[in-house]
Amino acid sequence: MANLLNNYLLPLIIIVLEILAIVVPLLVAVAYLTYFERKVLAAAQLRKGPNVVGPFGLLQPLADGLKLMMKETVIPSGANRVVFIAAPILTFTLSLIAWAVIPIQAGVVLADINVGILYLFAISSLGVYGIIMAGWSSNSKYAFLGALRSAAQMVSYEVSMGFVIVTVLLCAGSLNLSAIVNSQAGSYGLLNWYWLPLLPMFVVFFISVLAETNRSPFDLPEGESELVAGFFVEYSAMTFALFFLGEYGNMILMSAMTSILFLGGWLSPLPFAPFTWIPGFVWLFAKIAFVLFCFLWVRATFPRFRYDQLMRLGWKVFLPLSLGWLVLTAGVLTAIRTWSGTGG
Amino acid sequence: MDALLREYLPILIFVGIAVGLSAIMVLASYVIARQNPDSEKLSPYECGFDPFENARGRFDVRYYLVAILFIIFDLEVAFLFPWAVTFGTLGLFGFWSMMVFLGVLTIGFIYEWKKGALEWE
Amino acid sequence: MIALAFWLFATLTVASAVMVISARNTVHSVLFLIFCFFNAAGLFVLLGAEFLAMILVVVYVGAVAVLFLFVVMMLDIDFTELRQGFLRYLPVGIVVGVVLCVEIVFVFKTWILNPDMATVAAAVTPPLDQISNTQALGSLIYTHYVYAFQASGLILLVAMIGAIMLTHRARVGVRKQTISTQVARKREDAVTVVKVPTGEGI
Repeated sequence: MANLLNNYLLPLIIIVLEILAIVVPLLVAVAYLTYFERKVLAAAQLRKGPNVVGPFGLLQPLADGLKLMMKETVIPSGANRVVFIAAPILTFTLSLIAWAVIPIQAGVVLADINVGILYLFAISSLGVYGIIMAGWSSNSKYAFLGALRSAAQMVSYEVSMGFVIVTVLLCAGSLNLSAIVNSQAGSYGLLNWYWLPLLPMFVVFFISVLAETNRSPFDLPEGESELVAGFFVEYSAMTFALFFLGEYGNMILMSAMTSILFLGGWLSPLPFAPFTWIPGFVWLFAKIAFVLFCFLWVRATFPRFRYDQLMRLGWKVFLPLSLGWLVLTAGVLTAIRTWSGTGG
Repeated sequence: MDALLREYLPILIFVGIAVGLSAIMVLASYVIARQNPDSEKLSPYECGFDPFENARGRFDVRYYLVAILFIIFDLEVAFLFPWAVTFGTLGLFGFWSMMVFLGVLTIGFIYEWKKGALEWE
Repeated sequence: MIALAFWLFATLTVASAVMVISARNTVHSVLFLIFCFFNAAGLFVLLGAEFLAMILVVVYVGAVAVLFLFVVMMLDIDFTELRQGFLRYLPVGIVVGVVLCVEIVFVFKTWILNPDMATVAAAVTPPLDQISNTQALGSLIYTHYVYAFQASGLILLVAMIGAIMLTHRARVGVRKQTISTQVARKREDAVTVVKVPTGEGI
């Protein structure tokens, strides 16, 4: 009995606690990302933003959550009930489970699998299902159109994201996320990270991430002025909240991915004494916050794209550019190896 | 082998917890909030009138084309992953082998560009 | 523990596969198919083939099933119409089914493992206890199996051209945005400053 307890139950409990240690701060972060977004947008438009509920409006996200909780769950009469409920659950689940492979600090990761980046790529490619399922099951034209647009958009930008990831892998030589971060360590600190040698890819990746998370200026699927809210027009109460949380969770996830691939993950930007004392997760959080700020900054600055321009940018600009840069990187690396006489 | 699987166990448990958590959230809201449906509330959103036709109508064939092209490029990316990982040890032959592969697909890409399959009207 | 996981994934795979062909609604069928792919990916992980598991999810779930879903969602199949010919085609269907079953039985009866298989497989397999599954694949595909690799490239090319031939329709009378001409446009081409005499107009 004690054997069973020690061998199976104890590790299980530890794993569950570790998962909760990821999920709870993540949910708090998602809630406060909405607050942060409203504050940043307000600052950009010379307004105050939420400032009534609690000191500096800090309780606003909680009030919003409570309001959504108390709303009536409307399931349209023509809807396909099971799929209609499953879609937001799927979206939210995907935005959570991807965090299993994100290394928070050197050696601190829930599931240190060999194919971490592929896992993230797979999870992000599944995001399209929540949207298609929601759009189809609602049995509403607006939802359906929004879902179609969104699916085609996410799919188009995923290709160039794939090429960008492969380019990073060429330099890192491993699919493990911790190994990718470690390969960016060096005596030049932030100049060693991949954003500098792969600068065009960094830009392509950031913009693709905006399109992948349906953020402004690529937020056509929910374009309020024409599709009222896109694929989740029929959703209310907690089912709506799950989409909302999923979307913001995905933003944080994609920022984490950008930080790991291009901004050195948990590494300190200045690799000498006072800065290396700060624990790695603080640096990672700072980088994620910076990327998130850029998301909001973009939203406050740019008008929405038109759909044909969006498809053109994805297929005719980003795809050739990322493919070309991939070939260039591989060529340069091979040339270096051939001349230095180690490979070939 | 066992060590490999041990890394995947947390993911399995995580999936369970995440699905459970979101299901509980939906269910809790359903239980707590007062449910008072009526036929107008449950009708699909349409600007004030009843829908003319089935919402799941046919749509532009272009969406299919985008999906097919996406599959092809996704497969290309799938082939690139192991190549990028072993790039350091493959040598020149492996490099040129992939360049030929990419070259063939670039021909296809140029073809579709010239055909106008990438235009969105 | 592993046996438990295997039975879990295997049962779910078979169950969802059965649901794929028995579900009334085609969209539900595709969703069950996706679930089936997931469990198959789980089985791959149990075999230690983590790269294949992830690629199964990326390619089949992330791309192929999206296309399936696109197709079945928008087709609007009328099910009563589909079922009308059911009895008429039943005899033919049974004959085809029996023939296939007999073929499968024959295949199983005459199926033997190549006795040299172990040596053939071992000859090119990199040591799996030292390097990861992805590296093992990568070190073989692009050099040892280069012809198969290039052939798959050609198949993808054919698929791409075929897809465009089948689905691409050039529309006429569409006004397109040409970004290069927009950018190339200069002030001198568009604006002229005219001195207008008072009370006369242009």
